[in-house]
Amino acid sequence: MEQANALFSNYLAVILATIVGFFLVVSALVGSRLLAPFSKEREKGTTYECGMLPIRRASTNVGVRFYLYAILFVIFDVEAVFIFPWALSFLAIGPQAYWLMVAFIAILGLGLGYAWKKGALQWH
Amino acid sequence: MNTHFIFWDINVWADGALRLLMITGLMTVVAMGLIYLERKVLARFHQRVGPQRTGPLGLLQSVADALKLVGKEDLRPTNADPWTFELAPYLVFIPIFLGFVVIPFVADWQVRVLDLGILYFVAASSLTIVGWVAAGWGSDNRYAMIGGLRSAAQAISYELPLVLSLLSVGIVAGTLNLNEMVQGQSAVPNIVWQPMAFFIFFIAALAELNRTPFDIPVGESEVVGGPFVEYSGIRWSMFFLGEYAGMFIMSILAGAVFLGGYEWPFGGELGRGWQVVLVGVKSSIFIFLVFWVRASMPRLRIDQLMGYAWKVLVPLSLVQVLLNGAVLVYGGPKIILTVTGLAGIVFLFWITDRAVSKPRVRPANPAMQTEAAS
Repeated sequence: MEQANALFSNYLAVILATIVGFFLVVSALVGSRLLAPFSKEREKGTTYECGMLPIRRASTNVGVRFYLYAILFVIFDVEAVFIFPWALSFLAIGPQAYWLMVAFIAILGLGLGYAWKKGALQWH
Repeated sequence: MNTHFIFWDINVWADGALRLLMITGLMTVVAMGLIYLERKVLARFHQRVGPQRTGPLGLLQSVADALKLVGKEDLRPTNADPWTFELAPYLVFIPIFLGFVVIPFVADWQVRVLDLGILYFVAASSLTIVGWVAAGWGSDNRYAMIGGLRSAAQAISYELPLVLSLLSVGIVAGTLNLNEMVQGQSAVPNIVWQPMAFFIFFIAALAELNRTPFDIPVGESEVVGGPFVEYSGIRWSMFFLGEYAGMFIMSILAGAVFLGGYEWPFGGELGRGWQVVLVGVKSSIFIFLVFWVRASMPRLRIDQLMGYAWKVLVPLSLVQVLLNGAVLVYGGPKIILTVTGLAGIVFLFWITDRAVSKPRVRPANPAMQTEAAS
């Protein structure tokens, strides 16, 4: 119960902010529903509201370079998540914790260098 | 076993809701003020006058714009994916609003003090990317989709320098709790110890907010407005409000983390009024810098954008993290951090200048050449 209280007293505000944010958008949409004109004309539903029909759906293939950046991002974001607890505790543990993190970042740095060398960072 | 479970305590909910509603009001007013100020400041940079007809000095311009946007027809293209299209404004707006939970406005006034405030902030606010991609994907418009993907690529790339620069300040301050971090700056603001981290943070924040020169996802001349082309009326203004609320929140965060928030460095306890003034001035500096950059920089190309994040900012911020660790572990004087940070800024300027003045000649696409030859 103590732990549940601690958790909720911290993150109850987060739940609440989600709800308030949701109702903010809803109230804006309702306000517009009440004030704005609406027409049922069919041509208004076309792309750019201009009546010219585009050829095929927009959801076509996507360049593979987006995927490469996404993989790199996942690796480095996980790394950042590892650094967060380290940043708060390494002073208490001492120099060896620091050198472990140096090794960790060096390995990732090697990975970044490899990706750089391979041209994964070059957008072309 | 009848311990009190806080979840059912109505007072806690009411307190949180009241604070959030006050923030909502503040956010709306500040966002409208920022739109007006941006137009005025940009006009001064362009040697124009800016809005002046609506109300005294044009002050009511944003109110008029808001009324117009509420009264505009709200369309959904027939081909659009209904769920994604309708959900996107929520997905963009709610994460930005979530960030307000931890922002320390003045002493003892914020929604909630979280021990991992910075981690929470970056985690919550980066969810906005989902909304951008959803908007681009759901609109069934090719330009919107390209814009959505570009914004995803840009946001995830600049996420890392942003997180790492905040983290390096966290290492020096010894806490990730935003309130403690501000109180720790009562003598010297963190920007003195971490000047390079502030630069990296500023650049990454510009990119996260999709401000010029990083407004590739919404570039009018390239992707005709990006993911939001098919949005109109109130839904479009939700994205717009989200953008300016994001700028507001980022400026207060920058003020709190780097410039000392509501603390005055030259001693003495300040009253609440002066704290409001201090926070206002510190965040205004940041916002003015954002406007200034917008007025003076052209838009980057996408290869420059991605290269700058991965080849310059990420390695530099990693070096900064390790350097902070070394100085703290071996108890060196903190002035080393200032000196190396300033050297880092010089390096950042040098490498940016080199990239601008000596652009690498891109090899022609071989497929295109063989096509031309045949």
